[in-house]
Parts: sequence; C-alpha cells; structure tokens
Amino acid sequence: MKSSVKDAREILDEILKAYPDKTRKKREGHLAVKDADSPEDAEGGQPASECSTCAVKSNVKSVPGVMTARGCAYAGSKGVVWGPVRDMVHLSHGPVGCGYYSWSTRRNLAQGKPGVNNFVPFQFTSDFQEKDIVYGGAQKLEDICREIRTLFPEAKGISIQSECPIGLIGDDIEATSKKMKAELGIDVVPVRCEGFRGVSQSLGHHIANDSIRDHVLGKGKLPDPGPYDVAIIGDYNIGGDAWASRKILEELGLRVVAMWSGDGQLETMKLTHAVKLNLIHCYRSMNYIARHMEEEYSIPWLEYNFFGPTKIEASLRSIASRFDGRIQENAEKIIEKYRPSMDAVLNKYRPRLEGRRVMLYVGGLRPRHVIGAYEDLGMKVVGTGYEFAHADDYKRTFPQVGGGTVIYDDVTQFEMDELVKRIRPDLVGSGIKEKYVFQKMGVPFRQMHSWDYSGPYHGYDGFPIFARDMDMAINSPTWNLVKAPF
Amino acid sequence: MRQIAIYGKGGIGKSTTTQNLVAGLAEAGKKVLIVGCDPKADSTRLMLHAKAQTTVMDLARDRGGVEELELGEVLMTGFKGVRCTESGGPEPGVGCAGRGVITAINFLEENGAYTPDLDFVFYDVLGDVVCGGFAMPMREKKAQEIYIVTSGEMMAMYAANNICKGIVKYAVSGGIRLGGLICNSRKVDKEYELIAALAAKLGTQLIHFVPRDNIVQRAELKRMTVIEHEPQCAQADEYRTLARKISENKNLVIPTPMTMDELEELLITYGFMDAETETANA
Repeated sequence: MKSSVKDAREILDEILKAYPDKTRKKREGHLAVKDADSPEDAEGGQPASECSTCAVKSNVKSVPGVMTARGCAYAGSKGVVWGPVRDMVHLSHGPVGCGYYSWSTRRNLAQGKPGVNNFVPFQFTSDFQEKDIVYGGAQKLEDICREIRTLFPEAKGISIQSECPIGLIGDDIEATSKKMKAELGIDVVPVRCEGFRGVSQSLGHHIANDSIRDHVLGKGKLPDPGPYDVAIIGDYNIGGDAWASRKILEELGLRVVAMWSGDGQLETMKLTHAVKLNLIHCYRSMNYIARHMEEEYSIPWLEYNFFGPTKIEASLRSIASRFDGRIQENAEKIIEKYRPSMDAVLNKYRPRLEGRRVMLYVGGLRPRHVIGAYEDLGMKVVGTGYEFAHADDYKRTFPQVGGGTVIYDDVTQFEMDELVKRIRPDLVGSGIKEKYVFQKMGVPFRQMHSWDYSGPYHGYDGFPIFARDMDMAINSPTWNLVKAPF
Repeated sequence: MRQIAIYGKGGIGKSTTTQNLVAGLAEAGKKVLIVGCDPKADSTRLMLHAKAQTTVMDLARDRGGVEELELGEVLMTGFKGVRCTESGGPEPGVGCAGRGVITAINFLEENGAYTPDLDFVFYDVLGDVVCGGFAMPMREKKAQEIYIVTSGEMMAMYAANNICKGIVKYAVSGGIRLGGLICNSRKVDKEYELIAALAAKLGTQLIHFVPRDNIVQRAELKRMTVIEHEPQCAQADEYRTLARKISENKNLVIPTPMTMDELEELLITYGFMDAETETANA
C-alpha cells in the first residue's frame, strides 16, 4: 500500500515523466503531496496563511488536449448560482445546445408547483438562429420576456444567462432587461456569463454573484428583523441538502431568512442584507456576495460544514458561539439528541468501512468538506482535488488531510487514471464523466456532484444516507464477480 | 468563371468602381454576377437603378431562415443583364454583419446562383475587414482574384497594405492572388507615381489609374453607371479600359505587404511629407 509521503511523491514524479517538457512544467505545479508531521497537520495548527507547503497552482487555463472536467462561465452562472432559484425563469440566451445539455444536470430540488411557481425543472432557451446572430437578438429577447410574463404569471423574475454568441455579437441585454423590467413589472436580470470568459466555471460564479449584488440584494425590506436571522449561502440543495441543513439551524433557534440559492426565492434573496450572520456552505461559489454584504452591510460570515457528525457538531458550536447562551445551550441539546442515532450509523457502517481509502475529485467545496464524514466512518482520504478552485480553497484543504495525501488541481484524465491505478483506492468519488472509467477498472465509485441520484448528504438527515451509499458502493458483491479478462 | 473580390478602405469608391467596370464588361458581352457583401446593400444600386429591396438576410429574417427563400427572390437583373444580389444585414451597432455575409454566400452557392454561363462573379466587400465574415469571399472556392481600390491618401494606402496581409494568409490556404491596385484618384500630388510605387512594393501592378471626374457623381444621382448615363464621355472610356485590363489580366501574385515604417518611407520619397515639412519651415 503506497501512502507515505515519499511513495506519493514518487507516484507523481512517475506520472509527470510521461509528459513532454512543456506540459510537465505546466502541470507539475498543480500536483502536490501533503507533508507528514507538518505543524498544520496537528489540531489547531498554525494558520493556513503561514503554511509554506499548502499551495498548488490553481485557477489557470487548462492545457489543451488533456481532457479537463471543467465547465464554463455559463455553467457557473446558470448551472450553479442562478439555476436553483425556483421562482424565476432562467433563460439560456443563445443557441439551443447550452440550455438543452445543462437541463436538469444538477439535482437542485425545489418546492412549489412546477410550471406555476417553480421553474427549476424547466429549460428555457431563446434558441438563436442565423437571423438572430446576424440581426441581433434584442427583439426576440423582448418577445420571449413578454411571453414568459403571459404564460407564467407567477414567475417573479427572469434571469438572462448569456451564451457565447451574445458577447460576440455585442447584444445590449442590459438595455433590453431594463426596458422589460419597466414594461412587465418583474425583475429582469442580465447576466454576462458568456462561456468563453475566464478559465473555468469559477468566473461564472463571480459574475452571477455580481449580478445578484446589482439587481437583487438590498431591494426588499424585511418587515420583522430579529436577532436570530441568518441566511444559508452556497447550498444548492442537491438531493435536498439545504433542507437538511435548514432543519438543524431552525432547531438551533435561528431563523433562516433566505436560502442561496438551493430552493431559493427571489423575494427572500432581496432581504438577505437584513440578516445578522451569513452562513456559507460553498465558499468558492458565493464568498463574493458574502464579502460584499460584509463590506456594505457589516454582516459577518461564517463557513460551516454539515457533512458527518464530527463536522456538524463543530459547526453547530461555532455557529452558536456567534449568538447568545440560549442558542449555545440549544447547540449542546441538539448534539446530545442526535448522538445516539449517529452512533447507531457508525456502529453499523464503521466496521464495514474502517481503513478504506478514498480518492476525490469534485468541484467547489466537497473535496475538503466531505473528508470529515469519511473519517467518521473510519475511512481515509488519500487523494483530493478541485476542478476550479483558487489558492484560498487549497489553503483550507491542506489542514484537513493527513500526510502523504495527494492533492491535484484541474487534474487531467491521464493523471487521474494513473493516480487511481497506482494508489488503488477502495473508492473514487467524482462526477459522471469519471464514473464508468473507474468502475470499468473495477474500482467502486460514487458521484459526488449529484450524490448518484441519492441524498441528502448534509446534516443529521444526510449522514445515514451518505454512510449507506458508501457502504453500498464499496461492499457491493458485484466487485467479487468482476474478473479481468487477462 | 472568374471570381473576383474588390476590397479597399471604406468610402474609397469600391461600389462605384465595381459597378462601372462591370458595366464595361457587360457592354463587351460578358455575363456577370455582383454579390454585394455589405449590410448597406448599395453594391448594385447603379445596376438596378434602385437600392435592392430584398437582400438575402433581410428576407431570411422576415421568413425565419434562409431555408425559406428562393433564389429568384433575391437575384435581380440589372443593366445589360448583369445579375445582382445583396447579402444585406443589420443596422450598424447590432448583430453580426460578418455572419450575414457568410450565410448569404452559402445560400447563393447552395441554391445555384453560380451558373456555368457566368464569365465573372464580383464580390463588393464592406471597406473594413473587421472580422472573419468579411474575409469570406477570400476563402476556398470563392474569389481567386483580388483587386484593391485605393487612392494616394495615406489611410487608403495603409488599408491596402493591411488587405494584402489578409491576402497572404488566404493565399496559402485558399490559393487567392492579388490582381492589382485600382487607383481611384483623389487628386493627391504625384498620385500616379505614389500608387505605382506602392504597387511595386507590394509586388503587384497599378492596373489602372481612374481619374477624378464629377460625371461619376452626376451619374450616381441618376442611379446609373457612367457607361449607361453618358456612354460617350471620356470617363466611360476609362472604365471600359479598366474592364478590358482586368479581363486580360494574367498578372496574379501573392503580395508582399510592407511594415508601417516602409510605408511611411514611401510617402516621404514621393514628397508627401516633404511638402508638409517645407510648409512648416517656411
């Protein structure tokens, strides 16, 4: 079993050797091994900013030809940030493909009646044709906005998600939005998330945050502000995650004024500037708006992690510490209340999963946030990486992993295949594009973007499901029947 | 069939020159098609005695797509049987006119506008080749010959040099060649010598020097070419000469564009800058 720092370094060196010089130079900075016995390894170690080894190169252009798993700015805005807002129509503005192929690809669950006051399951597109490219799409966009208003009178607003051609032909969607907002009396938000902008979906998150800042935030008035008002920021309610999280916060005695943006509503997002504390789940995709609210409205923000009992308990205490004694007492009560059920989960699954090794490759926060949940089950994350993270994400990641863990940024298909072949983990957690590659290698796999049509994984509701799913993947008798033909 | 594209700085007189020389060719019995590649759609006005009312893209917009068009609706016949069509496109400031040119030319090709009886196809392209769309006529299986309309004014020469850079690019991939410079005189000092020297530097020829004559403007007001409006005048003969020279031209080259410094040097050599300096010193 290769797990020591030295062995891991050797693996990386071997993999990098396969590249031509130029590619190797570009890629080697993206790959790292966590040092053993470094101070940040220990509990309460030194701050990440002082950690010299806690860095990999990130947020730069992918190398052509290496099969990156990244998305584009449009994916970041429409797919991640705006898409889950349930009472708005999100228009994929441009030719049909971007909208069609991103339709229902993220499992953002939402309340409401589909087609009446919940538009998450739908795909709206302006379906650009040659004539729209040549003459511009302004008139068509106006017609579509009017049509939406007529067909879906309960829709609270429209977001216009720009596909690449909108930026290329220079359509003035801001002017059209302004005109339509005045004419139709609902919010029409232009989003300049053309796919060619930036190096990954990450810039799309930022652009979407900025459009929320400019068109949504601060536009409403909370009638009865209270001392326990909070907002959930950056939980997209995959498989019901945000509901599981909200439940805990409410049990704690807090009032969740708004959910961003899983099961989100335009009207409550407008009130978010009135909360006392912003609770951030996905830091990568929504730190921008949290920082803005901090600067503009002096609202503090706090990152939390509701994956697995250890992290839930730590997060509950950390959130409660921002409030009065009553909330703090509640936190302890909740922890006590759920411990038996969590222990039951651990008693059932830990013996089946103890010592199993996991490699992850996911998006915004899960490469670090789920580590605690695996550790609760006695498992070890031996490799983890992000598609589109920035330096601050890696700073937050290194302290979460043990010595010898391999860290990979924007990992290439070749690197990931080779890493899995050499490290031989018991489980790989990544996306749909990776799933069948590794299953065909005979390695158990779970989709960690969509929870493989399962979930929720957040909170006390989610952990039993998480544990069951990991057990199901790893201990499936299927793997005993798989024999290599050579 | 020879396919010829006319390029040059905006406002230099490409459409006027093209139509007048095409009138010369038509008069000599040649079968010609003019494809206007400019959203302004004024490349065939002098042939049709009216601005084209139905351009390919305008009609495609009204109908929903080019699939809904018939060739006959956008192909008109003007002076001496010259066939005329316009790509059309958006008003300035919206949409993508370049894409309009691409779509329109593809439509014309697919729908058989290029019949075997044609002797010439002329593409009259919007002055500033701002994107790939306006380079469309230079691409594979389109125009094989380019003529650049210029004058002795510095920016027109600068544009001519830039267009040559574009030709070099497509000369390798698509096999197009430069046929020569057409000087549309602005009565600049030593203009003939200057453009002849520019042509030499670019490795091509000054195929014809078209003198300035107000008859051209008068004919334009009547929506006619000079050849139609006043067939006996000297200017009409100039265009006939240009038509004959192009018809007989075998001097097709890959141009050798200059650097900005070389271009400025040329202007100094031909007194363009000297006159300025002398005035300043006086």
